[in-house]
Amino acid sequence: MTSVLTPELTARWDEPDSFTRAAYRRGGGYRALAKALEMNPDDLVQLTKDSGLRGRGGAGFPTGLKWGFIPQGDGKPHYLVVNADESEPGACKDIPTMLANPHALIEGIVIACYAIRADKAFIYVRGEVLHVIRRLHHAVAEAYAAGYLGSNILGSGFDLDVVVHAGAGAYICGEETALLDSLEGFRGQPRLKPPFPAIAGLYACPTVVNNVESIASIPYIISNGAADFAAFGTEKSKGFGIFSLSGHVTTPGQYEAPLGTTLRELLDLSGGIRAGHRLKFWTPGGSSTPLFTEEHLDVALDYESVVAAGSMLGTRSLQIFDETTCVVRVVLRWIQFYEHESCGKCTPCREGSYWVVQLLDQLERGEGSEADLDKLLDICQNITGRSFCALGDSIESPVKSSIRYFKDEYLEHQRRGGCPFDPVASTLFAGELV
Amino acid sequence: MALSDERRAALEAEAGQIIGRYPRSRSALLPLLHLVQAEEGYVSADGIAFCAGRLGLTEAEVTAVVSFYTMYKRRPVGDYHVGVCTNALCAVMGGDAIFADLQRHLGVGNDETTADGKVTLEHLECNAACDYAPVMMVNWEFFDDMTPHSARELVDGLRAGADVAPTRGAPRLCTWRQASRILAGFPDDQAAQGHTAGHATLAGLRIAKEHGWEPPAASAAPAARPGAASRGTASPGPAKAGTPKASAAKASPARAPRPGPVEGGQQ
Repeated sequence: MTSVLTPELTARWDEPDSFTRAAYRRGGGYRALAKALEMNPDDLVQLTKDSGLRGRGGAGFPTGLKWGFIPQGDGKPHYLVVNADESEPGACKDIPTMLANPHALIEGIVIACYAIRADKAFIYVRGEVLHVIRRLHHAVAEAYAAGYLGSNILGSGFDLDVVVHAGAGAYICGEETALLDSLEGFRGQPRLKPPFPAIAGLYACPTVVNNVESIASIPYIISNGAADFAAFGTEKSKGFGIFSLSGHVTTPGQYEAPLGTTLRELLDLSGGIRAGHRLKFWTPGGSSTPLFTEEHLDVALDYESVVAAGSMLGTRSLQIFDETTCVVRVVLRWIQFYEHESCGKCTPCREGSYWVVQLLDQLERGEGSEADLDKLLDICQNITGRSFCALGDSIESPVKSSIRYFKDEYLEHQRRGGCPFDPVASTLFAGELV
Repeated sequence: MALSDERRAALEAEAGQIIGRYPRSRSALLPLLHLVQAEEGYVSADGIAFCAGRLGLTEAEVTAVVSFYTMYKRRPVGDYHVGVCTNALCAVMGGDAIFADLQRHLGVGNDETTADGKVTLEHLECNAACDYAPVMMVNWEFFDDMTPHSARELVDGLRAGADVAPTRGAPRLCTWRQASRILAGFPDDQAAQGHTAGHATLAGLRIAKEHGWEPPAASAAPAARPGAASRGTASPGPAKAGTPKASAAKASPARAPRPGPVEGGQQ
């Protein structure tokens, strides 16, 4: 049987000291760095382009192309900012990566900075993950001590400093321009693009903002070559990545597999939906991606196939809900989240999210009407594409897709004058004495 | 901030260190706010004035930033900030039940502190641990796979001063103020201790090992697996095949449901 799972980033996570420099080196770590520092930086950018690596933070923009946009010889400082603000509901891959193997990220950072000719990098990590922040500081200190960071790295003449910067609780700072404003010491509000960060990013200087997993994938590509990485995955979605399975499944967790893997394959491997239940709906890439149902079990989880099936690959955050779950409750809770996290800068998102919550709340309590569904869709349509950033656009995804697949469940709430589901049945401890 | 001269001097020195990390001083504002929160347990008017003074900003400019971020508290927080994730997935899996139960059990509402000053209860948004739902956080350390019962035990232990350790995190739970200090960029000595990965983190790896599926670099190397060339050829670069790990990957440990997390080694 061919390998459904391809543990690479995750391969050594079960070693008790996997987070240390010693363990990382034991597994071959930091060899890619030595190799990269002997190459021409432009060739590294080309190699990354050739690998087909696309941003693992959700948008899927080609990483090498992003690096290639950095103007060279412009006399300005260049920066790399690692987006470690993982906060999308359902996303839970970068946090375990940094807890168990922060050196893969550090090695990737040094290579990326050498490629784009940056001498300062920032890891913007969400603040609510204390032990992960400890591990990042620890890894950075170990890397300095070994000469992987600091001045004249491995005798190459290349200098790099890395700063671990903890956020303070704002989902919007995962949006790259809001992240930059936050890193500059302001409220985290998105900027108008263009100019893009590659031209005017941190302190208006050329800046690459990359996701943790994107950067942590770089050492493998350098060590094994672009063609090797590109041999995994599908034609336009190359390589492998971490799929995060959560919710009503037998074995939730992190599954590293080639892009193009299906949910059915992952469920078959991991024991399926929790015993005695069946799949009702799921997200392929977190709460911002339109819902899928049982009919999408065989959709190849790559960027193109998921879009063709009506959703988005996003962060490969597979949140699984079984038949005990009220879809209206779930969608309401997600939109309450977006309302809470809307930065307030643009009117469609700030006001629209408020009204969508009001309508959904009414519908969930069984006090709405069928006409409210049309109103919901109308408001959503007026938010999407009219907001400053993708947070606003995200509001439409769960609302529209849930009405598309589960319209009758919305109406059943109105017929009954309340939610037809027993919330206890959907809990982890349903039926057990707690 | 009613500080002794000694404390103020220490704080100013630390503020100087933080500012020194950044090309432009204003970037130091978020860590400085974590620092003053570590000093007083919350961001007071004095704390805001301190940050404004160090960075040459107005107090209004600093206040505008403080009010944007949920981790900065404008009122004193208990020794233990207890968060319950009530975003959709955790809520459905039991977070709503846990949060309702804890409010009754502690006699406090959202964002309120128990009379003994020990516990502040708050519902949280997604904390990136969905594979461990329902999730709770205490001073930003992970408490995974919670139930109403284990949640009550947890807060009772915190209030009684018992040794409480996170499911995935450092062995010694920090106080709220100590945690804020780490966020300001002054880590304690626990980085090399505690957990590295929990059961869900390792789920895919464990299954891959049961099937004998090796890391891609190992399996792509012709020596490791003939026929792999059809998947693309390995570059002549230093492949990771032949490392002790590659052969160890064939060992298939028995799969235990929900085993304990991997403990990090002491250094």
